[in-house]
Amino acid sequence: MIQVNAMGDACPIPVVKTKNAIKELKGPGVVETLVDNEIAVQNLTKMANQKGYGVKSEKLSPQQFKVTMQIGDAPAQEEDSQEDETCLVTPTGHKKRTVVAITSARMGTGNDELGTALMKSFIFALSQQDELPATLLFYNGGATLTTEGSASLEDLKSLEAQGVEILTCGTCLNYYGLTDKLQVGDVSNMYDIVEKLSGADLIIRP
Amino acid sequence: MDEKIVFCKGGGCTAKLGAAALSRVLELLPKGPPDPNLLIGYDSKDDAAVYKLTDDLAYVQTLDFFPPMVDDPYTFGKIAATNALSDIYAMGGTVTTALNIVCFPESWDLNILGEIMRGGSEKVIEAGGTLAGGHSIADDSVKYGLSVTGIVHPDRIYPNNQGKPGDKLILTKRLGVGIICTANRVGEASAEAMDKAIDSMTTLNKYAAEQCHKYDIHACTDVTGFSLLGHLHEMMDGRLSCVLHADQIPLFPEALAYADEFLLTAAAQRNRNHVGKFVRFDGVPFAMEEVLFDPQTSGGLLIALSGDQAPGLLADLQAIGLPAQIIGEITQRQNPEILVSQH
Repeated sequence: MIQVNAMGDACPIPVVKTKNAIKELKGPGVVETLVDNEIAVQNLTKMANQKGYGVKSEKLSPQQFKVTMQIGDAPAQEEDSQEDETCLVTPTGHKKRTVVAITSARMGTGNDELGTALMKSFIFALSQQDELPATLLFYNGGATLTTEGSASLEDLKSLEAQGVEILTCGTCLNYYGLTDKLQVGDVSNMYDIVEKLSGADLIIRP
Repeated sequence: MDEKIVFCKGGGCTAKLGAAALSRVLELLPKGPPDPNLLIGYDSKDDAAVYKLTDDLAYVQTLDFFPPMVDDPYTFGKIAATNALSDIYAMGGTVTTALNIVCFPESWDLNILGEIMRGGSEKVIEAGGTLAGGHSIADDSVKYGLSVTGIVHPDRIYPNNQGKPGDKLILTKRLGVGIICTANRVGEASAEAMDKAIDSMTTLNKYAAEQCHKYDIHACTDVTGFSLLGHLHEMMDGRLSCVLHADQIPLFPEALAYADEFLLTAAAQRNRNHVGKFVRFDGVPFAMEEVLFDPQTSGGLLIALSGDQAPGLLADLQAIGLPAQIIGEITQRQNPEILVSQH
């Protein structure tokens, strides 16, 4: 295993140093690169994906990230064992993978008007948290919240600008005739939704 | 020069703050009462501000400065000035006066500063403007640019967002100068690639703009730090969409080769994070994607005009030696906003 210290290095230096380390391996092996910013993590991850290397990244502290690449043979994701105390981060960088699943335009059961106001207020409060979720999923009645006329668009755009992934179920948009009314985030499908939910450390369903 | 290595730390438009971070700050600024004579200001994310003085005269105001992206001070001065002057042309204006903006370490050889300003001054003269003053600050790293004033007829301003479905999109310079400068910084760019990039970055958009004045331009912007896709996203304005043909887009082939070596800037990744969700690539290789997100220092004009007029303008641009191409067309709003197909 080779460790590369690219702390304090501006792009593309972390990639250049990592490539040199991979060359030094002269075969299968592991290269760990330390960097101090998420953009460098993303650029390293891009390289690994293009090259077909296994890759995972960890946030060690607010200004320290470790990108581990497995060159050849077993991909790095699979050797993520229990002794590994640090948690995985996605390239957009969240300590815990929290997914918020919004399944209805209203929060809770009871009065509909109240439920609508509660949901608006929930999304606003969510956008003000220090630690943001990785992903917001919208399906069934939830799909109306990401589309034209939703009272939460501004808060959702703010979440998106802060790096939160916003996905709305395409089948649901289609069912409600909202396909061309989507105002924030991307259209998603059931495979993606299943993957997001099963890959989550924490699922919040308001 | 001894300072060569210190001089260039990855500057140019790659040093720009990310659009996402910036727009959050701008949204929160207090706004005074609107001035009806301010034809183009903050709200429109345009290239420069335009203020109407009379019914047939408005002035165009812009400023741009950045750290060096090349080792040679004189070349840096030329590039920084060419880049700053470009915003006037992107608005359809002509250059009148310019002021120097300088940050320079006190302990450094003043001849270096002299070389930077000589390069800048030459470009202002070539633009037909006059250098009228400036301001300099002692700082720990070099930065240089210009505050430029130009004039334009209020009816002949080129907005950046008034394209129409059916319009053709023309790009007047090759893409990839950001990647080439980045590769150069780590010693991986060829001298020829760097020479071609410098040649492009020091070509005034004046010449392209002069050809545009013969046509009915719907929208125009210059491609700089936010990359071709970032500036296209602004041009689409949430109302329009477009289709690009990757194989028609003028670029430096070396940029593709260096992108395949992952010599990528942080700014390109920030651009991808910011506008990637509006873009769908159809059969486009990874390196080409990177070139389309590559921040351009002193990039070309991106022009939208009707399909009838586009071939005429294209022929005129090519006749004066520019590598211009029709790279795509504007459509009605659809999903994705920007579709990039390989052919």
